[in-house]
Amino acid sequence: MVTPLACGVDATWKRILNGESGANRVEKFKVDDMPCQIACQITRGDGSNGSFNPDDWMDPKEQRKVDDFIIYAMAAADQALADADWKPEDYEDQIRSGVLVGSGIGGLEGIEKSSLLLAEKGPRRISPFFIPGRLINLAGGYISIRHGLRGPNHAVVTACSTGAHAIGDASRLIALGDADVMVAGGTESPITRLSLAGFAACRALSTGYNDTPAKASRPYDEGRDGFVMGEGAGVVVLEEYEHARARGAKIYGEVIGYGLSGDAYHITAPTPDGDGAYRCMEAALKRAGVMAGEVDYVNAHGTSTPLGDEIELGAIQRLAGNDAARITMSSTKSSTGHLLGAAGAIEAIFSLLAMRDGVAPPTINLENPSVETEIDLVPNKAKPMEINVALSNSFGFGGTNASLVFRKVAA
Amino acid sequence: MSDIADRVKKIVVEHLGVDTDKVKDNASFIDDLGADSLDTVELVMAFEEEFGVEIPDDAAETILTVGDAVQFLEKNAG
Repeated sequence: MVTPLACGVDATWKRILNGESGANRVEKFKVDDMPCQIACQITRGDGSNGSFNPDDWMDPKEQRKVDDFIIYAMAAADQALADADWKPEDYEDQIRSGVLVGSGIGGLEGIEKSSLLLAEKGPRRISPFFIPGRLINLAGGYISIRHGLRGPNHAVVTACSTGAHAIGDASRLIALGDADVMVAGGTESPITRLSLAGFAACRALSTGYNDTPAKASRPYDEGRDGFVMGEGAGVVVLEEYEHARARGAKIYGEVIGYGLSGDAYHITAPTPDGDGAYRCMEAALKRAGVMAGEVDYVNAHGTSTPLGDEIELGAIQRLAGNDAARITMSSTKSSTGHLLGAAGAIEAIFSLLAMRDGVAPPTINLENPSVETEIDLVPNKAKPMEINVALSNSFGFGGTNASLVFRKVAA
Repeated sequence: MSDIADRVKKIVVEHLGVDTDKVKDNASFIDDLGADSLDTVELVMAFEEEFGVEIPDDAAETILTVGDAVQFLEKNAG
């Protein structure tokens, strides 16, 4: 994974558990005239101390042709495949290995720049790499070319649910026999002037913490006023269980449930009664064959918007009923910001790590909860606990919802 | 070596990420320098930008080597 906290899973996870924030002031373009002037940005560097060095993951000549979301996805996929020790070299392995990596927006920066170039210099100046370097499924395209993945080659575009849908859909492709191994996840590089202006116009972004960026993402806190945009990618390697066992692969957990639903209500606002969120979690749990009370940890969608956080919390309380007090739920977006199409993927990874390490990551900046709840929201400090079943939620613009349920696998 | 040849070679090195010593007059963009068809389109655009000329598609199709580009530009660049 590549996140605003660090490049790499271990480095990111360490900072999550430390309760650190990846937010800072945006310096790469003018923000003085914008209501939101902060974001969770990837720290670039020489690759040491968790910094992200694009040259480690993609030839500079290739980087020039694509937007950052593709570079982030390439980095995350390289890491995931190395960790899984899966290198499909012969043809039979290659045709059984696929990719399903999505993005909410894709190459907005390249579209923005090329559009200005078109206006200024005309159509003859538009690069032949303009289209292939912006298309969302080209993240998967590049990954498949590098790693010889000749199986299903698919992509998801469901706004902030993208990463969760990608992992859920990919796991179904494996369950249905279309592939043995799927490289799945989400990627996003949305920190551009146009995008910040657009999300601010939707009144979705935090605007009151421009001088204290680390405090801005504060899910469930009464001082929250919108999400903080983040960038990065999360990619996992999903594998048919027996296939993984047979080759002695490292197994972080099993995808046991996946649920989807639609709000059919509003383009950006969730239904006030949380019906969409409720049904999607319910469907995932039903598929998993577990009761709500058996869920040890929930990685919430929890973006830090005034409306969304409480609606999700309400839906979980309704789902859990009398078992609500058993549930531990946190929003890692308090640390990473909202990675939009990559959010569901990095949060799936956090859920798996929470199971592996027996610790629920904290919801930072949760000082004064805006509502009373029996659910433990893990304020500010990581909570050691045994986690056997974890649920991860993602909800997106357009009223698109996805929930994933993971179970720890006995060693 | 002409000034035009120097500038052409510099563009080729930058765009294709190849070593300067490989960019010889008879080097083919596709066969010797690892370019694909989209790279060659972009190269031609870079030549147009650098030399302030328009290279029509039918002329672009005849520019297959570094030398072809230098020759065309020596003839047509103002």
